[in-house]
Amino acid sequence: MVNIKINNTDVTVEEGTTILDAAKTKNIKIPTLCYYPDLDIKSDCRICTVEIAGEKGLVTACSTPVREGMEIKTNSPRVLNARKTITELMLANHDANCTACEKNMNCELQTLANTLGIDENRFESVLEMQELDTANTSITRNPNRCIKCGRCVDVCKNVQGINVLESMNRSHEMVISPKYGKYLSDEDCTFCGQCSSVCPVASITEKDETDIVWNALDDDKKHVIVQVAPAVRVSLGEEMGQKPGSIVTEKMVAALKQLGFDRVFDTDFTADLTIIEEGNELIERIKTGGKLPMMTSCCPGWISLVEQKYPDLIDNISSCKSPQQMFGALAKTYYAKKQNIDPKDLFVVSIMPCTAKKYEAAREEMSVDGKNQDVDAVLTTRELGKMVRQMGINFDQLDKVEFDDPFGITSGAGAIFGATGGVMEAALRTVSEVVNEKPLEKLDFETVRGLEGIKEAEVDLGGQKVKVAVAHSLSKAKTLADQVKDGTSPYAFIEVMTCPGGCIGGGGQPYNTTNAVREERIRATYQVDSDMKIRKSHENPVINKLYDDYLKKPLSDLSHDLLHTHYRKRNA
Amino acid sequence: MEQKIVSKRFDAINPLSIDDYLESGGYKSLKEALKRDRINIIEEIEAARLRGRGGAAFPAHVKMMGIAKEEETTRYIICNADEGEPGNFKDRQLMEKDPHQFIEGMVITAFAIRATKGYIYIRGEYDKAYSILEWTLEEARKKGYLGKNILDSGFDFDIELRSGAGSYVCGEEFALIESIEGKPGRTRVKPPFPTQKGLFDKPTLINNVETFANIPHILEMGGDEFAKIGTESSTGTKLVSLSGNVNNPGVYEVPFGVPIKEVVEKLGGGSKDGRKIKMVQLGGACGPIIPEYMLDLTIDFDRFEDFDSKTGAGAIIVMDERFDVFDVLLRVAEFFEHESCGKCTPCREGNLQLVKLVEKFINRKATQKDLINIESLARVMHQTSLCGLGQTAPTAILSTLKYFRDDYLDLIEHPEL
Amino acid sequence: MLEEILKKYPQHEDSLIEILLEYQNKKTKRFITEEEIAQISNYLGVTESKVCSVVSFYTFFSTEPRGKHIIQICKDVPCYVNGRGNVLKTLEQLLNIRIGETTKDEKFTLEYTSCLGNCDGAPAMRIDGKTFTNLNPNKVKAIISEYRGVN
Repeated sequence: MVNIKINNTDVTVEEGTTILDAAKTKNIKIPTLCYYPDLDIKSDCRICTVEIAGEKGLVTACSTPVREGMEIKTNSPRVLNARKTITELMLANHDANCTACEKNMNCELQTLANTLGIDENRFESVLEMQELDTANTSITRNPNRCIKCGRCVDVCKNVQGINVLESMNRSHEMVISPKYGKYLSDEDCTFCGQCSSVCPVASITEKDETDIVWNALDDDKKHVIVQVAPAVRVSLGEEMGQKPGSIVTEKMVAALKQLGFDRVFDTDFTADLTIIEEGNELIERIKTGGKLPMMTSCCPGWISLVEQKYPDLIDNISSCKSPQQMFGALAKTYYAKKQNIDPKDLFVVSIMPCTAKKYEAAREEMSVDGKNQDVDAVLTTRELGKMVRQMGINFDQLDKVEFDDPFGITSGAGAIFGATGGVMEAALRTVSEVVNEKPLEKLDFETVRGLEGIKEAEVDLGGQKVKVAVAHSLSKAKTLADQVKDGTSPYAFIEVMTCPGGCIGGGGQPYNTTNAVREERIRATYQVDSDMKIRKSHENPVINKLYDDYLKKPLSDLSHDLLHTHYRKRNA
Repeated sequence: MEQKIVSKRFDAINPLSIDDYLESGGYKSLKEALKRDRINIIEEIEAARLRGRGGAAFPAHVKMMGIAKEEETTRYIICNADEGEPGNFKDRQLMEKDPHQFIEGMVITAFAIRATKGYIYIRGEYDKAYSILEWTLEEARKKGYLGKNILDSGFDFDIELRSGAGSYVCGEEFALIESIEGKPGRTRVKPPFPTQKGLFDKPTLINNVETFANIPHILEMGGDEFAKIGTESSTGTKLVSLSGNVNNPGVYEVPFGVPIKEVVEKLGGGSKDGRKIKMVQLGGACGPIIPEYMLDLTIDFDRFEDFDSKTGAGAIIVMDERFDVFDVLLRVAEFFEHESCGKCTPCREGNLQLVKLVEKFINRKATQKDLINIESLARVMHQTSLCGLGQTAPTAILSTLKYFRDDYLDLIEHPEL
Repeated sequence: MLEEILKKYPQHEDSLIEILLEYQNKKTKRFITEEEIAQISNYLGVTESKVCSVVSFYTFFSTEPRGKHIIQICKDVPCYVNGRGNVLKTLEQLLNIRIGETTKDEKFTLEYTSCLGNCDGAPAMRIDGKTFTNLNPNKVKAIISEYRGVN
């Protein structure tokens, strides 16, 4: 243990602890910008600068380990002046038109400037305006707001292993951008949006679709329905000021009703449907010697990776559409017919924890009539939060409201789709019962849960031992994909989710997502599951009725038309 | 006044001839070293109190001992030949005029710290030195001074030559390491230090060309003898690169403790055309600018602690009365504005703002407020930048604010002049 | 030509700068294209954006075509106080281009460089791999006409 003094307070911490972490133990807040929990220590921005007695220079708290006897001042005039100067330097090269910014009042740079009391910038503006990248349907990049903290490069390169974003040029000409300043859509970007999630300013944001949705809601001719992904109910609370891991399902439904949606449905329903289709596809592949391992298809970021970097693996991907797109297809056919609505007048909105879902909804395959998209607009959790605030809804005071019929009756299996390992666990609950023809003794497959990078399990399917694996984050997904490519994969079934922690850690989730926050959302997700009466997809009565009334049986021709798709090799 | 140790063979031997080197006592120290206890060699360097000649003046034996204690057995040694500091050209001469000398120093050091491979990182602009080194390394290999089983000692060590590609900051230890690894030259966060996790994450010792060039001589004369040269805190000699408005610019080797004035006047032959010397920049672009009346200062590692600026690599740039402080400051500021790697805020944004502020003075637009701002910014950059480049970029400005403050005030108070 | 150069180097990231230097030096217009960057990135197994970050960081590399001869003139203090200004003016007049430009016949590109380490021979310039020192307008004229004559 090391004994130090921070602002004259005695602190004892383990050797190797940074000054920043040591200060946290005493609730002493040192401002940071490039620092982000769970990512590399970059020490680029120099904001967390502190003074150490006896040392001439200042040091950064994020990168400096404590030493016995260190006396640290986190707020001396010298430190405050340095922070102020550095912040002014950033602001002099930043499009600080704050009121016209998505992150106004929610911006780390703005907060910092405010805390430091910067009312006038001593330095002249050196900003040279550059073109925005609005060329894709998921993410907008505004280089004029970038403060070069490097967080996005870190997630893109080290967490996701994609490295579309890099630091180009040098000195004050340094920019963070794809190669040659190209658009993200020209690159192998999967639109996972992790960059937007860690950006401290609004240099990278989701493409805002709230206006489109407001317009649809205002249009009397439109029947506007909404589906909400499993991961949103355990994160939306954070947007509304609640603590991570709050479960806000019924209040969320109530809020969506207040916003004016005609029906509020649950993507958990089509998650259950996915399990039936995908589970049967797996059983068939195992029985008939089809392509194995089968790999999940719910995640559009993962699909992009395969189409761009692993085209040889396309046949390994389940042909099932994602729950979002199964919902869209059913809405525009089955539901429209049942409600006697012209599909043209039906407007389908999704609330997703994800930026890539915007891209997925816009894919040309995702249209049952070949003319209109099945899902008309996709909002992230953050965008929903924004609409709720715009509407002036007092979220905490809302009454609890249930999802609407028919797509509101769901199982715990559908609910856990939001967490890494959840699709695998949901599939195993159904597949093993169907194949083994007896109920499972224990529904919880603990080994596929949690934040470990790659998780494995072995299951007994009709006397045959089958190995399965789960990966989250694209760098881990690449490890499993490389094995499949090399022919060394020992698995029959692989679940991949692009974002760390799965959809609960998606690129469209509330800001400040860290592993600690992910843990809370995961805990909440399994809480939702264990609170459900039905916990297996094949026991969802509405799913069974849907087959009886409409689809006939899993993998039927109609199922194939509506619920399955195909992938193709793509060059970015 | 000159005391030639590392420059004793300059122009006296054919640098391309290994036989010339051998005849003049070359590789004798290596032969002796290979018979010695490794730690004993490091102790000899410690006795010599040799400090790094690249600018930071870090005690050489501390780095060596640090690596010797590491558990990892793959260890690298790098010679920093990225002499990019404006006004410095002594490493180029060491490489062009006596190339075996520092290579011998590298091999001895490698043996002492059990390094497995060496690199010479030479700046891309040094075409001639690069060719000479290619030839020299090959000659040394042929004669058994490099490669497998050096001089039948059982010690294997070889050196790879790597070229820079136009980046001053690659003279900084970690930027240099990144560059050898094939990346942009942007420094890393310390700790860990290069001696712990350096090139390819292995323990790495980095020294300047001149530092390595001293090693064979220390072993030859003994550390205690070497320590008698120079001053108490700065032992040995220093190669000084003298340039600017002097009659005889060039590289001169003098013992530490010699007054700058003597180097300028006696060795440099004084200022050209008898003009009055206005100022002298010491160390290079990263060094302080001092007025003529301060030239009695001696060449020493511990000067100018005010700006944390030491002798640096030993450049003396003389400027006569025709030149204005701000014209010189603008060149210096533009240099750093061009060479900043862009990684940390104070250096990336600060150097651009310094250029703007210096231009304000040149354009007679500066106010009292600008004076306060330039001083404040320079201090913050010095205190908070991530690496040596950003920390020393404002030195010229800080020193002129101290020694030429009237020049600033004149421009503010009498912009019409 | 690129393929042959690539083959000489191990398929490790640390060969990148070596490859770029050798290839660009041998290429007539001394620049590197997008296709070449893709080829190099593929050979070394590093992302294209990483190669781009290197190419855009070091001043030796260019993604724009340049002249057959690259004239680099030092812009630092020792050359400045020894009459660099006149040398640059002479070069700009002789070649009829400004610093940073390439002559119409694509023979010369005029660039600034940081210190060439020849301050004892200031002002200095470098043409391709050769350094010229103690320059004055007449000497510069002679050097340029020699380069013109050779071709």
